[in-house]
Amino acid sequence: MKPFSELKNYAREHYYFRVRLGVAAVMVLVCFGLLTARFFYLQVLRYDYYQTLAESNRISLIPIVPNRGLILDRNGVVLAHNFFVYTLEITPSKVDDLEQTIDDISKLVEVTSNDRKKFKKLRELSRSFESVPLRTHLNEAEAARFAVNRYRFPGVEIKSRLFRHYPQGTLASHLLGYLGRINDDDLGDLETRGDLSNYKGSDHIGKAGIEQSYENALHGITGFQQVEIDADGHAVRVLSSTPPIPGDNLYLSIDSKLQDIAEKAFGQHRGALVAINPANGEILAYVSQPGFDPNLFVDGIDQESWKTLNDSLDKPLINRPLRGLYPPGSTFKPFVALAGLENGKRMPPFSIHDPGYYLLPGTTHHYRDWKEGGHGAVDIRRAIAVSCDTFFYGLASDLGIDRLASFIGHFGFGRKSGVDIDGEVAGLLPTPEWKWKRWKQKWYPGETVITGIGQGYMLTTPMQLAYAVGILANDGVAMRPHFVTTIHESKSGVSRPRPIETVERLPLKPENLQLVRLGMTDVTQPGGTAASIGAGSPYAIAAKTGTAQVVGMRQGEKYNALAIDERHRDHALFIAYAPADAPKIALAVIVENGGHGNSTAGPMARQVMDYYLLGKSPPAPGVAQSAEENQPND
Amino acid sequence: MINPRLLFKHLAFHLDHLLFGTLLLTLLVGLFILYSATGQSLERTGAQLANIMVALACMWAFANLPPQHLERVAVPLYVLGMLLLVGVALFGDVSHGAKRWLNLGVTRLQPSELMRIAGPLMMAWYFARREATLRLADYVVGTLLLALPVIFIAKQPDLGTALLIGASGFYVIFLAGMNWRLILAAVVGVGAVTPLLWSMMHDYQRRRIEILFDPYQDPLGAGYHTIQATIALGSGGFAGKGWLNGTQAQLDFLPERHTDFIFAVFGEEFGMLGSLLLLALFTVIIARGLMISANAQNTFCRLLAGSITLTFFTYAFVNIGMVSGILPVVGVPLPLISYGGTSLVTLLVGFGILMSIQTHKKLVAS
Repeated sequence: MKPFSELKNYAREHYYFRVRLGVAAVMVLVCFGLLTARFFYLQVLRYDYYQTLAESNRISLIPIVPNRGLILDRNGVVLAHNFFVYTLEITPSKVDDLEQTIDDISKLVEVTSNDRKKFKKLRELSRSFESVPLRTHLNEAEAARFAVNRYRFPGVEIKSRLFRHYPQGTLASHLLGYLGRINDDDLGDLETRGDLSNYKGSDHIGKAGIEQSYENALHGITGFQQVEIDADGHAVRVLSSTPPIPGDNLYLSIDSKLQDIAEKAFGQHRGALVAINPANGEILAYVSQPGFDPNLFVDGIDQESWKTLNDSLDKPLINRPLRGLYPPGSTFKPFVALAGLENGKRMPPFSIHDPGYYLLPGTTHHYRDWKEGGHGAVDIRRAIAVSCDTFFYGLASDLGIDRLASFIGHFGFGRKSGVDIDGEVAGLLPTPEWKWKRWKQKWYPGETVITGIGQGYMLTTPMQLAYAVGILANDGVAMRPHFVTTIHESKSGVSRPRPIETVERLPLKPENLQLVRLGMTDVTQPGGTAASIGAGSPYAIAAKTGTAQVVGMRQGEKYNALAIDERHRDHALFIAYAPADAPKIALAVIVENGGHGNSTAGPMARQVMDYYLLGKSPPAPGVAQSAEENQPND
Repeated sequence: MINPRLLFKHLAFHLDHLLFGTLLLTLLVGLFILYSATGQSLERTGAQLANIMVALACMWAFANLPPQHLERVAVPLYVLGMLLLVGVALFGDVSHGAKRWLNLGVTRLQPSELMRIAGPLMMAWYFARREATLRLADYVVGTLLLALPVIFIAKQPDLGTALLIGASGFYVIFLAGMNWRLILAAVVGVGAVTPLLWSMMHDYQRRRIEILFDPYQDPLGAGYHTIQATIALGSGGFAGKGWLNGTQAQLDFLPERHTDFIFAVFGEEFGMLGSLLLLALFTVIIARGLMISANAQNTFCRLLAGSITLTFFTYAFVNIGMVSGILPVVGVPLPLISYGGTSLVTLLVGFGILMSIQTHKKLVAS
């Protein structure tokens, strides 16, 4: 190539480059010209307009907080609503001597040291020009007394604010959750969601349960008023107004009467109960005992109440049905039985002779049956009815942990049920891979054996158990459990039913399912482990009892409930559905340290089913309970 | 014996006098308005002065670094920047809902700032190498090199920085001689895809974009800034209310008034006259930058200088445009004026590179 053309090329390139730069320079000038034009428009042409606006920045925008949506039960009973409360509020930037002012106010209206503490805390959280409540829930007399003296207190005013109220008190507290003041974390969340401006003026946000999970629907859309303000910042004239759109009302599947009966059935016991309509996944009752009064949280919970709740050994703040992890114990057996049948194991007329223990081939370790001496001849149906450990030890061992776990997983064990409130945990369905990942240890055959009776690593939540029973009751069709059945939209006035969701249709053989269901029906018949629960019932109950050890026992040791500290007693479990031939309700009950499933958990389940199916209320408290003598140990 | 005059001359040798002088003047104006915007806080203003000193030192260092060195580190710097961005995406610290920082234990790093230099450097390096044989495929590769960091940064999310890095890369492509027809095609392409994207978006996403363009739809939220800033600017009038006398600014009505919205304070206190003077200062800086680019000794320097200058322009235009309400609000500070050390250092390092390109050329020529 000739150097000349290279040079020429170079010159040409450079020329083109300069043309491009020229174009860019023109663009710069045009853009800056645009800005100049904008300056001219704002600062010369519209100067007078903006001048007046700025003079005292007379126009102020005031948010109007929407009414939060109501929460109602399936029959329209109100579980959460709002009401107006007079509050006495101070705008710190407008008050010279805050302490003195509060002292003066306390001569007119009672101000406790607690109020002062709360005020101080809130003040730190808010900006100086925001008004901060000093007292809430003023009565008429107090409000009137202050109103007369208002002129003495610039920067202090009476406002009426909407407060959340839970008229049923502790009823379904873990389900409803509660509102709390918006904190920095909430603000961060709102910012990421792009909802920050919709919470201008809102002080509260859902912190747990339905209140939290349905926050978006419940909150509504904030309106605002354009007002003219005077030099003191008081509104003089409303210029324009965009009304807020109230939050949506939520209808729950819960029946509050049933819920009440279920909670009362627990008495002083700790535990959880979940009752589901197996056909559509609607949750009918959701108990976590002990509960708490969500009203305590609305206005900022005081130190003492918080300490009491948080430090209590009974752990009332734990949402047991979703977060409580319990070994399923013998309530696991129907599912193991089904796993066996579906894999072609233990098909009738197969039966074993139970000597009272199980031996893994080639070993000497005795896996004991709960019944000393054993149950004699046991087929699969009877194994469920009498809760024969030996039978299920052998079955689990024969199936192997992998086949067992992969089948059982379809019943929701080891995964979240997907219920529509937050905080659910997945429980644990152990597999050799899991054990290796978690503990870097290999899986032992003995661990498969005890998984067969729901012991070992296995952990479930009460919600999972109820979901699993629901699948058995609904012919193998798993329905998504849910609370909210209908959302009544305030904006359109339309009620939108939430769609019912089928999670999975398990391809079970009807005869296998039928066999397991017969076994569970036998449980409440004479000879079954929960015969007393079925006694005198006009409808057939399919059930399974269970016991979960809290404290491990050595080989050969005997369990003596009375000799053990109350909190070390076994957990009692009970799963059931009824009527057995056409199930309308499926439930799971766990009574912590309740001993046998039959003695504490079973009667609770019966009360719930009796009310739901027959409309029968339980007898006065104290009669239905305590039948502790001579129960089977399972 | 050391002659102090000679020493000074030696130290200042690589500083472009016109550019340096204008920058100093603008920084000084910035300090004054910052003092007013922070409610006459000597502490904040002093801190910014310290930032300026550090940034000027960095500028000096880069002015003395021959551009050939930059050409050599372009690729490693870009790769490092990308690795750090991936690190942020995987292990970054979340603050105010955005993942922008990488915690190194000792200090926190914001890799997107590094990318603001490394991005255009890489692009200039790439297009300078492919100069003689530019084909469509080169533009595709170039666009990918640019899109990678932009997407990562936009995901953090830091839309402002992503936009500016995108712009800086686009300027390189444009100056490298991208075919006008291709540019037209790209514009048409974007125009065609927009309605499709719009139809795919969620309602709340659409609403956010609507508010960007019409602040009065959300006067309490995103629109509040713009409305209050417009009032501040407009009430400033032709001559302004005078230094420290802006009512909008001094009362609490203007949010973020010492960072992204500082121009509102400026416009309120110094009026249209002051605003035009500031634009004039910016124009001088940009004009000088474009001149340096036009006269640079090789393609790499030309592209780099052009990109740095035009990116500076974009900063200024986007910021003032958003404060005065003709552009949507994105988080972009006003260059040389807004409070903040990191962006100032990045900015002045850019100007240091410009000076290096200008002064080292002289050295070769002589």
